[in-house]
Amino acid sequence: MAHPALADAFTANRDRARWHDRALWFVREKRDRMASGVPEWELLRETASAIKQHTQSLMADYLEQFEARAKELGAVVHWAVDAAEHNQIVLAILQSHGARRLVKSKSMLTEECHLNPFLEQNGIEVIDTDLGERIVQLREEPPSHIVLPAIHIRKEEVGECFHEHLGTEQGASDPKYLTEAARNHLRQCFCRADAGLTGVNFAIAETGGIVICTNEGNADLGTGLPKVHIACMGMEKLIPRAADLSVFLRLLARSATGQPITTYSSHFHGPQPGGELHIVIVDNGRTEILKSEFRRSLDCIRCGACMNTCPVYRRSGGHSYESTVPGPIGSILTPLQTPEKHSSLPFACSLCGSCTDVCPVKIPLHHQLFAMREHLDGKRLIGTGKKLQMKLLSAVFSRTWLYRLAGSAARLALKITPRFLLYSPLTPAGAWGKEREIPAAPPKSFRELYAARRAQKAAGSSGDRDSR
Amino acid sequence: MKVALFIPCYVDQFYPHVGMATVALLEAFGVQADFPEAQTCCGQPMANSGCMDEARPLAEKYINVFRDYDYIVSPSGSCVSMVRNHYDHLVAEGDRVAVEVRQRTVELSEFLLQVLKITDVRGKFPWQVGVHQSCHGLRELRLGPSSEVMAPRDSLLQQLLGGLDGIRFSQLSRRDECCGFGGTFAVAEAGVSAMMGEDRINDHQQAGTQVLTAGDMSCLMHLEGLIRRRGVNMRVMHFAEILAEAMAL
Repeated sequence: MAHPALADAFTANRDRARWHDRALWFVREKRDRMASGVPEWELLRETASAIKQHTQSLMADYLEQFEARAKELGAVVHWAVDAAEHNQIVLAILQSHGARRLVKSKSMLTEECHLNPFLEQNGIEVIDTDLGERIVQLREEPPSHIVLPAIHIRKEEVGECFHEHLGTEQGASDPKYLTEAARNHLRQCFCRADAGLTGVNFAIAETGGIVICTNEGNADLGTGLPKVHIACMGMEKLIPRAADLSVFLRLLARSATGQPITTYSSHFHGPQPGGELHIVIVDNGRTEILKSEFRRSLDCIRCGACMNTCPVYRRSGGHSYESTVPGPIGSILTPLQTPEKHSSLPFACSLCGSCTDVCPVKIPLHHQLFAMREHLDGKRLIGTGKKLQMKLLSAVFSRTWLYRLAGSAARLALKITPRFLLYSPLTPAGAWGKEREIPAAPPKSFRELYAARRAQKAAGSSGDRDSR
Repeated sequence: MKVALFIPCYVDQFYPHVGMATVALLEAFGVQADFPEAQTCCGQPMANSGCMDEARPLAEKYINVFRDYDYIVSPSGSCVSMVRNHYDHLVAEGDRVAVEVRQRTVELSEFLLQVLKITDVRGKFPWQVGVHQSCHGLRELRLGPSSEVMAPRDSLLQQLLGGLDGIRFSQLSRRDECCGFGGTFAVAEAGVSAMMGEDRINDHQQAGTQVLTAGDMSCLMHLEGLIRRRGVNMRVMHFAEILAEAMAL
């Protein structure tokens, strides 16, 4: 389904849409408070953007450097060209250890690759251990936000879900009680897991180390107990030096949730003693993006700030995007992969530019969304109706006489058409009038008033005030 | 100084009094602006729809119409931003005339404060004014501080209106959230668009706004449509109209 239909369904429940909007705006305001407390905030953004653009421009070199260093530290490095290969690699690692139970900390990449259903089909039990992810996993739905996967679910609904799956008391909705129940449940999962899988926030070329940021410590529990750690990363997660990390760690949590830093920033340099560390580096279309005018979308550090600030996302909900990464950044990344299915996403945007100003790595998000529309037009995916309308408009505006004629006709039509007809979906104005009143048509256009005023002046009249 | 007026197509057709207020205002500050008759639309509706081939003839027409002027002044941040920031793909690279016409295209408050450098505006406007920060003026032309960016910046609109006798400004809970107009977005995503506008109006109502103003009539067309539909008691005026009324032009 296209975004507008899903968005309309979401906004139709005004109270809920408003609650969702406020929940995310609260996070945006926390971000503002945190960011304003850092005097060099804008310099940090500049620096992060420069580091990312530098890294992407030398991607191949840094990838090789990272691989060499990671191997020196004892990690096994795998390369996956696409989602299918990534999933096969993960499955093969698990099978080689006879692993049946996998605990995962949050990884948008594995969502992108649809790893969970693939592993489950192959007889592996997969438990998402991030609280929000566990909630959506139990509800059998995808995350609606990349940092706050269950932001669309109210605590009462979490209570119902936990009552059904974890045996909590019926009707319980106290966050502390529910979190404790989830904690006890997840501890058991950690203890009996055969392997742990994590995402990667930053991979450092200089050291071969990886850094994973969580608030719940679930990446540490998931990799500390089982002997096998699989870390999956998109190749754009690279940064050149350990020193660069300071820039990104200061930006990430402040932008994401308005915290000074994530509760856990865990550094992994090679496997734990007696264990194995597998790093799977995934392309899955990223090389193509790197070659395109949308390359800066690869600078994204997945903080989710663009979602929290997006007035459309907040009111339409993450699921309306039908995309692993929703919101502004998702509306660039996803149509690059599946333009036919996701052609409505770049238009789910008023081009307000708030995302661009909030982005910690200064991706010109709304300009990319603007460019993405042209990209889709090039693929003939903006819809024949709209295309025809724009051709017609362009033809009218290109001819001043025709524009003047059309303008007068439109104003006259607005004046004489009966309301029921004007506001019916049959007229072009009706689409506008569905939600709001159509502007009253003035008898004269500006150019007519202006010409009259000029003529009056030329005639030496002093009464040139009546034009308003 | 040869100054031309660029009046956006929808202002020409639906809000002629905003154009006339702009004329009166410029005259009051000693500027006789021409209105080149051949102008129509900057091409933004087509460009925002991804239809660059359809926008291109309008960009070319714009450059042609306004090539002989020192300044092209428009009471619309959004259309000015289209010309200044988004004509790259539409006009030939290295076309000096196009580059200059684009640079010389300025929004009304920019022209008054940064070109004419007017310092005090005298007039009376004894109302509580709610300023809607139109996004393109704010985040593309930087006519004011955007709430996301942690760097100080003056608001041109507040500077222009702030000196009027009796004027008060509303304190909004979200000072620069989008109204949800967004051109074809208003129709394509009608549900979200209407809710965005509704939320802005609610914010202005709780803040006690009597007169709602902005630098772009397009935002105000959408908000006024919602205000009328809901029967809200709030006057809607472009800031040029406020200045013209306050200065009794």
